[in-house]
Amino acid sequence: MGKKYEVPEGLTIMKAIEYSGYRHVRGVGCRAGFCGACSTIYRMEGDHRLRGALACQTTVIDGMHIVQIPFVPANKAIYSIEGLNKDELGAILLANYPEIARCLSCNTCTKACPQKIEVMDYIQAALRGDVASAATISFDCIQCGLCAVRCPAEISHYHVAQLARRLYGKYILPKSAHLEKRAKEIEDGKFSKDLERLTSANKEELKKLYVARDMEKGD
Amino acid sequence: MADTNNNSRGYPESLLKSIEAVEATREKRAKEAFRKLSMEERDEVLKKCHPDYKPEAKRALKIGPSKGDQVPHEVADLLEASPAVEPGQVNLNQVDFDVDILIIGGGGAGTVAALWAQKSGVPASRILIATKLRHGDSNSMMAQGGIQAATKENDSPYIHYLDVIGGGHFSNRPELARAMVEDGPKVIKWHEELGVMYDKDDKGNMTTVHGGGTSRKRMHSAKDYTGTEILRVLRDESRNKGIPVLEFASAVSLLTDGQKVTGALLWNMETNQYYVARAKATIIATGGFGRLHIQNFPTTNHYGATADGLVLAYQVGAKLVDMDSAQYHPTGVAYPEPIVGLLVTEKVRSIGAQPVNCEGNQFVHPLEPRDVEAAAFIKECYVVGKGIETPTGMKGVWLDSPLIDVLHGEGTVRKSLSAMHRMFANFGIDMARDPILVFPTLHYENGGVLIDPSCHALDANEKPIPGLFVAGEAGGGVHGKNRLMGNSLLGYNVFGMRAGIEAAKQVSTKTQPGKLTLDHLTRFSKLLADAGLKPTRKAPMLLPDYRGREALSRSIDIL
Repeated sequence: MGKKYEVPEGLTIMKAIEYSGYRHVRGVGCRAGFCGACSTIYRMEGDHRLRGALACQTTVIDGMHIVQIPFVPANKAIYSIEGLNKDELGAILLANYPEIARCLSCNTCTKACPQKIEVMDYIQAALRGDVASAATISFDCIQCGLCAVRCPAEISHYHVAQLARRLYGKYILPKSAHLEKRAKEIEDGKFSKDLERLTSANKEELKKLYVARDMEKGD
Repeated sequence: MADTNNNSRGYPESLLKSIEAVEATREKRAKEAFRKLSMEERDEVLKKCHPDYKPEAKRALKIGPSKGDQVPHEVADLLEASPAVEPGQVNLNQVDFDVDILIIGGGGAGTVAALWAQKSGVPASRILIATKLRHGDSNSMMAQGGIQAATKENDSPYIHYLDVIGGGHFSNRPELARAMVEDGPKVIKWHEELGVMYDKDDKGNMTTVHGGGTSRKRMHSAKDYTGTEILRVLRDESRNKGIPVLEFASAVSLLTDGQKVTGALLWNMETNQYYVARAKATIIATGGFGRLHIQNFPTTNHYGATADGLVLAYQVGAKLVDMDSAQYHPTGVAYPEPIVGLLVTEKVRSIGAQPVNCEGNQFVHPLEPRDVEAAAFIKECYVVGKGIETPTGMKGVWLDSPLIDVLHGEGTVRKSLSAMHRMFANFGIDMARDPILVFPTLHYENGGVLIDPSCHALDANEKPIPGLFVAGEAGGGVHGKNRLMGNSLLGYNVFGMRAGIEAAKQVSTKTQPGKLTLDHLTRFSKLLADAGLKPTRKAPMLLPDYRGREALSRSIDIL
């Protein structure tokens, strides 16, 4: 950040920045590794490599030169998830994100990923039209954008992955029959009377019913 | 510090020694089931050890629609603070955003409300989501373990209702609990149609497990990224539908025309500029209050969880309920220090990990309702004295995570709990090999603004405040005094949906808002003065302040 600060040992990058007197507005979100708001790039003294990290999930170390990425300008394709042909899903990723064809297989995205996802592998899968692989390999993505910031082919990997997962979830994973059935039963009012009985019951009756309920075994 | 981690397991020697006791009993414990507490035993441990039952941690509100109610000091300090803006500071005649529906908060409830309002006929361009961080930054994104819904053959909304209301100590509003359980399967079906990757077998059966206090395996999951997976899909859909989002713009006050709520005064978090947003319906979806650090507890919550919506609603006359109870999640991280307080999902216990004391013994069933489980942990550490102390003096109990692989086969932890495994690995601990140390952490606002099943905010007489809706964690009455695992994701979806649908109905019939005013703030300030309160702080607080003391002590304002 262009200034040198000394902080106690063991703080995360995020807490070290705060300790030094900064109050975050950007570059902070869940503080637990789930939202991707605190993408940070850094170099260690004497090391040519530019590294990526989540500020909230990385312990700060001496000699780290850091800057946070306030926002990643990445284009998201606008599409309708409805009415797609199940047999032609493979072409959809490339149609929405033609730039994936520019992938150089340089693996910079994978090296940049703080989640240690094989990013290049899922982009290659997307290019081949392998929606299932793109969806499952990318599943732990938190959309921090570090891949997109580093990519020499200017791909917005995490948006490609989002589309792949939605296609997989909607068209490739088998539909849940028991879910369908239960939703229909509720729509038909199957449980209305039972529920009315419960909502009008007094506390003592409810307590009895609660204590008497049987438990499904196993974890 | 003499006690350093000069080993590859991420723990100092003192804790490694304690782990030996856990390892020694693991095989035996794998076959043991600890018995569940009776209702009387639950009450006893709660009264003795749960933070909610400390009277000195709360006080009665002196003003407003919930006057007389006991709430934590940290909440009272905000509800009895001066309004952040003074009416004379702003010009309300210049309207910057003129919409049908203004949604305050861009987390789960806000996004769902926007999607259902649009589905119900409101054009996307007539909706605005204003959020003080980024779209999606919220507790909804961080939920890990799962979402409850009675979708299975052996389950029903009836059984789900009993679990909910018993877990909530029979204090839930019946009509709200009913709305939640009855809409559950519809919500999961909607997610499936949007492409959420729920865990399923190859025939499409949902993989479901127990949560604390459930009598059926009803927890649907997407590995341990359930909240992330659901919300990133909803956000993607919201972007596809072109719903406008104003990021880094907080709401600092509601607006009214004297009859109804007519939008909000927004504030650019970076330039300090205000914007006037006029709306026919306003939905508060601002989430919870973890960042108030009630009773100095660490929290699992995201950076923006500062109860802003409670303050906005209270100032305009909305009633709050169940604010005397807060949810302390039993398993917050107790070691290592950089991640203290972060969530260890209940799913870790759902799939077999047992809480264990310093002697390697179980002392509570792994899946009591959350408040009971948390109280039992506190008791073990501070009454029984069989907790484990970290190098910083914090106490905790072991959660025997390696037992999961013993029960379900090697690799289960890595596969089913990849987020948890990654988090601990980032700090040098392999939770498939070694147990993890946990202690309760502030997790959820059980209560909130009282709503009806259509999500209208209710006033002191429990009558709807025209034009104002509340959904998600900011709303109260659904969970009573204790929420069960998996009902927060369900709750934000059900009530976000209901708020969106109802708001859409209203805007199709409502006439234009009248002249915009902040008169309610003038009245609120008078209430403060009449009660002899002289607040030194302003609310809403918007963000916590974690700046280092040393840096702050030398901070001067010269520009």
